[in-house]
Amino acid sequence: MAAPMERVIKQQTERSTFKTTSFQKKTRSKLLSIPGTRPSVQNGQLLVSSGVTSLDFLLGGGLAVGTVLLIEEDRYDSYSRVILKYFLAEGVVCRHRLFVAAAQENPDDILQELPAPILDDVAIPKPVEQPRLPCESQESLDSMKIAWRYQNLPKVQTALVSSSRFGHYYDVSKTMEPEIRQAAKSHCFYLPDHPQKTSNTHSQFLGPYSALLKSLQEVIRQEGFEVAASMSNSQNPNVLRIGLHSLGSALWGDDLCCSDSPEHRHSLVTFLYGLRALLRSSLAVAVITLPSHLIQDRALMGNITRLSDYSIALESFKGSERETNPLYRDYHGLLHVRQVPHLNCLASQLPDHKDLAFKLKRKQFSIEGSMSVQGRTSAVWLCPSP
Amino acid sequence: MYTELNSILNTSPESFTKGDFILLSDKQSDASFLIHHFLSFYLRAKCKVCFLAMVQSFSHYSTVSQRLGVSLAQAKEKGQLVFLEGLQESLSILIPQDEHTGSQAMNFLRDPKLGLQDLYEFVSSKVKRSCGGEAESEEWGPPVLLVDDLSVLLTLGVTVGAVLDFSHYCQATICSKLQGNMVMLVRCDQEEDEGDNESPACLLKGLTHQSSLTLDVQGLPTGYCRDIHGQVEVCWQRRQGDGQNTQNKLFQYKVHDKGASFFARGTSSAVL
Repeated sequence: MAAPMERVIKQQTERSTFKTTSFQKKTRSKLLSIPGTRPSVQNGQLLVSSGVTSLDFLLGGGLAVGTVLLIEEDRYDSYSRVILKYFLAEGVVCRHRLFVAAAQENPDDILQELPAPILDDVAIPKPVEQPRLPCESQESLDSMKIAWRYQNLPKVQTALVSSSRFGHYYDVSKTMEPEIRQAAKSHCFYLPDHPQKTSNTHSQFLGPYSALLKSLQEVIRQEGFEVAASMSNSQNPNVLRIGLHSLGSALWGDDLCCSDSPEHRHSLVTFLYGLRALLRSSLAVAVITLPSHLIQDRALMGNITRLSDYSIALESFKGSERETNPLYRDYHGLLHVRQVPHLNCLASQLPDHKDLAFKLKRKQFSIEGSMSVQGRTSAVWLCPSP
Repeated sequence: MYTELNSILNTSPESFTKGDFILLSDKQSDASFLIHHFLSFYLRAKCKVCFLAMVQSFSHYSTVSQRLGVSLAQAKEKGQLVFLEGLQESLSILIPQDEHTGSQAMNFLRDPKLGLQDLYEFVSSKVKRSCGGEAESEEWGPPVLLVDDLSVLLTLGVTVGAVLDFSHYCQATICSKLQGNMVMLVRCDQEEDEGDNESPACLLKGLTHQSSLTLDVQGLPTGYCRDIHGQVEVCWQRRQGDGQNTQNKLFQYKVHDKGASFFARGTSSAVL
């Protein structure tokens, strides 16, 4: 079968001269192995975990590198904020780089509140010791008198097993230790630090988001996240995780949520277009939360959804009459998957179950499909954990 | 290309009607699989193709076309395919650099009220060069323009009137003068304000009037189904060459990994 192999190799080298985006068909010659990522089983794309394992399962294994996940916030921005923090915490644990942008509060405050990862018990082998002499008495403190059978077993310590696993679990009741958090490099963008320039060089149409897009491009270029740069460098490639909190809200200087016919109608969609352009050619993933319940225009919401790749909406039961509904007793809210992209392939894989509900437990954010049979209580089945 | 769709439309890469404006539209579903079909169809028919890709990167189309048996990189090298990657060109305009690289085609991002004139100039320059009498370009057939998709231009602020002007100019140049074909995709939302003059539905009405063949993709009226992804309605706007009045046809489809299958309503293999 020598002849077909040659053709395949020739095609691969031809393809390689044109590649400038992060969507690579994984060939045997160039395998980007970055800790915390894995290739998709469906089409070989590079995936990162979103931090929530049940969400990874819903979205087809994880978030593809180079895409945008749009989270439509619930009314009080509680659960969307939790998912954003899970996403950033996963980046810390996998040693990815972080970029956090917020207008409401300092991004450093978001980074202080990341949930603590549930650490594994890892056996660290003891170094080889010299054979014991019976006359030495100092070791009597180290040697075990009762459980002496366990003397020679390796010591067990809790440590971070980061790069071997895809998707970790977090304990929401504790915050991440500062030592672990500082291990990951992060960039912050706090909107009041970047006053809007009214010069003509900035594109008028980006409005309040022009500084953010420019800052993102600078970080991607300088830190070497562009795919072309990563391929040629052959140093350790890494993934940039971008978290943008509450885009479209009035605090960003955008009146999308404030009026029925906003002046800045096209700023956010133009920003999303530019963000897609940036991400398609770099090793980065973005998660955006958006207060969609404040946007009255459904067509605008449709445009925003279409310009992002993955899109989910959270609807929490807090404060609504569903909180006391016995059907939803076990859950905190509903989750709607609005869009899943099909990149580098023809067919998309939407999740089978359309009625999904989520529950934030201490050690897990679980998403389950629930179906009520003629109004009576429910047959519940779990999304299988990968 | 999908062989079943070719038989539905009575075309093949060897013989297809020239001067056609094919309009693809979808409502709450995704008609981009049809764009891949027409891209591979016209490349196989040895036409010179000008592709304006506004929403996805080159490697996405390239990977999918590889599965359909056509290599975009090779076609680009040979000069058969002119590919405008809107995403990349837009970055140099959205984030102004000191040196101006890239073509002027995406200038509408600077000020959408200017309209799509620069985009039209780009298209006509690429398309006319093929018929300029150069020796090496006579091996290609009539020019074809593919646009994916037009509704993103509306979301970026271009008016419906400007987009209709653009399509009219392109039709005059490509379909009437050069006897080539045009394929454009418009995506709509289901909930549309009837009084809204800037909605994709309004654009769709205008383009349907200009077109000669429309393929309208919708989801199933009964909801989401895993085995049947939706339905396609095929309408011929003008009579066929021999004067026969063709009816509108409705098919259901399912998209696979390597293509799409079309079948009459109710005859899906999952149901029978």
